[in-house]
Amino acid sequence: MQIYLPIAEVSVNAFLLLGLGGIVGILSGMFGVGGGFLMTPLLFFIGIPPAVAVATEAVQIVASSFSGVLAHLRRKSVDLRMGTVLLIGGLVGAAVGVILFNYLKSLGQVDLLVKLCYVVFLGIIGGLMFIESWRAIRRSKKPGSVPVRRKHGLVHALPLKMKFRVSGLYISVIPPLVIGLCVGILAAIMGVGGGFIMVPAMIYLLGMPTKVVIGTSLFQIIFVTAFTTMLHATTNFTVDIVLAVLLLVGGVIGAQIGTRIGVKMKAEQLRILLALMVLVVCGKLALDLLLMPSELYSLGVGGGH
Amino acid sequence: MLRLITALFMLVTPLAAEEIVLGLSRDEVAITATFNGSDVMIFGAVRREAPVPEGGPLEVIITLSGPMETVLVRRKERVLGIWANTDAVEVDEAPSFYAVATSAPMRETLSAVEDLRYGITIPRVIRSVGAPDTVINAKTFTEALIRIRAAAGLYQILDSEVDIEKETLFRGQITLPAALTEGDYIAHIYITRDGQVVDDYETTIAVYKAGLERWLFEMSRNNPFWYGIMSLAIAISAGWLASAAFRIFQR
Repeated sequence: MQIYLPIAEVSVNAFLLLGLGGIVGILSGMFGVGGGFLMTPLLFFIGIPPAVAVATEAVQIVASSFSGVLAHLRRKSVDLRMGTVLLIGGLVGAAVGVILFNYLKSLGQVDLLVKLCYVVFLGIIGGLMFIESWRAIRRSKKPGSVPVRRKHGLVHALPLKMKFRVSGLYISVIPPLVIGLCVGILAAIMGVGGGFIMVPAMIYLLGMPTKVVIGTSLFQIIFVTAFTTMLHATTNFTVDIVLAVLLLVGGVIGAQIGTRIGVKMKAEQLRILLALMVLVVCGKLALDLLLMPSELYSLGVGGGH
Repeated sequence: MLRLITALFMLVTPLAAEEIVLGLSRDEVAITATFNGSDVMIFGAVRREAPVPEGGPLEVIITLSGPMETVLVRRKERVLGIWANTDAVEVDEAPSFYAVATSAPMRETLSAVEDLRYGITIPRVIRSVGAPDTVINAKTFTEALIRIRAAAGLYQILDSEVDIEKETLFRGQITLPAALTEGDYIAHIYITRDGQVVDDYETTIAVYKAGLERWLFEMSRNNPFWYGIMSLAIAISAGWLASAAFRIFQR
């Protein structure tokens, strides 16, 4: 069944979108990520204009993170204080990101920037996660060895210290602010919640306990992506609500199936699969940038200057 | 009496010896949620007071043009090993959609001079005032525009696809693609003999978003703030519903 998207001004197959939402939902349920980093390139691929894909994906992330954070609030695994600090950084970052996005759009470099961001971040995160989970799998085969405890680093030497009770931390507010800022910028430019960057950053840079990381990350992602949605809606008019609803429905159903599959698998196996998936997406985007495109010309809206 | 006849004659002579009488299968196209392209049948007849003139056969050209827009055409080049947009040329006027259907190959139907005068073929419709001096091969940008839009089915050349019967009745069909922008689409019909335009006729087909599509599009433009709030409200309630359903499921 074809559906005409009022803002994207393209006609797409509704079942294709429901299916895409469902598949990404399954993966996000399995791995505990928002899935934006997969969905946005997929939307580019089926012919949704990049600006609409990025803005609309933010709406879907609001829905999936809200759904997720409710579950975490019941388990009391959300550090609201840390979340708020990250959020302050994140909102500033999102505003900077949208300004940067619009500026680059006027230069015609927005596609390149979005793709470069994807290649760099997916490459780094995917690579690190792959190495880490590979080691974990090898370690689990050799019983008796214990993972090495990380040392306290630079994070603990900075001023403006604050107590984060839920996370059991007493650290400076500067690192969380900076992390929030960076993720906010990326969220606005890439159309992702930034969970796949935020989660490792909170674990490895801030030293937060893993059990509060996902809930706290989701908590601040809701607000950052909601803010991004509003900025895109009011400045670019690129939020396509019909597209968002189709993705939401598929995503919500898929997430439930995904969680069920995820429960049956080992954590290291899940992580290595996610790492491989991230690396495949990264490789595909990198090839697009490096190989000569079949059409060297592209069309944009003129008359802006 | 003679004066009256002369006056009548004077009135008649400026009119073409052959005139177009037109019909359309539809004079509006509504883009609804399930819009999946649309066929527009353009048919008509040639009315003439005198017998069929001597000379070449009667040919018909039908064009259908979407609203004009300014398009920025960008070219990618290899920069530091990466393919990035570098040069850009602004094409001042290009139709968002353009189809040209003829009753015989375009070469035989229309002379180059008449094409220049009426602006009928695709390269004649597109207007590009000039590219910045820094850009080499500016013409390739217009060619790329035509190539990309033709590949997307937005620019169509339908050679010899107009049927003519007995030099009088003609009929052509143009398929509008699903990815359509709204606006007034102008259907222009020309009849030619020996490459010269004998008569032409213009009419408008309104293409507009209807129903929910119209409402959402207008809201996103006129009330962007509330449109954003509405999107978020839908997202939040969907997220809450999913969580609630999940809890029931788990019990």
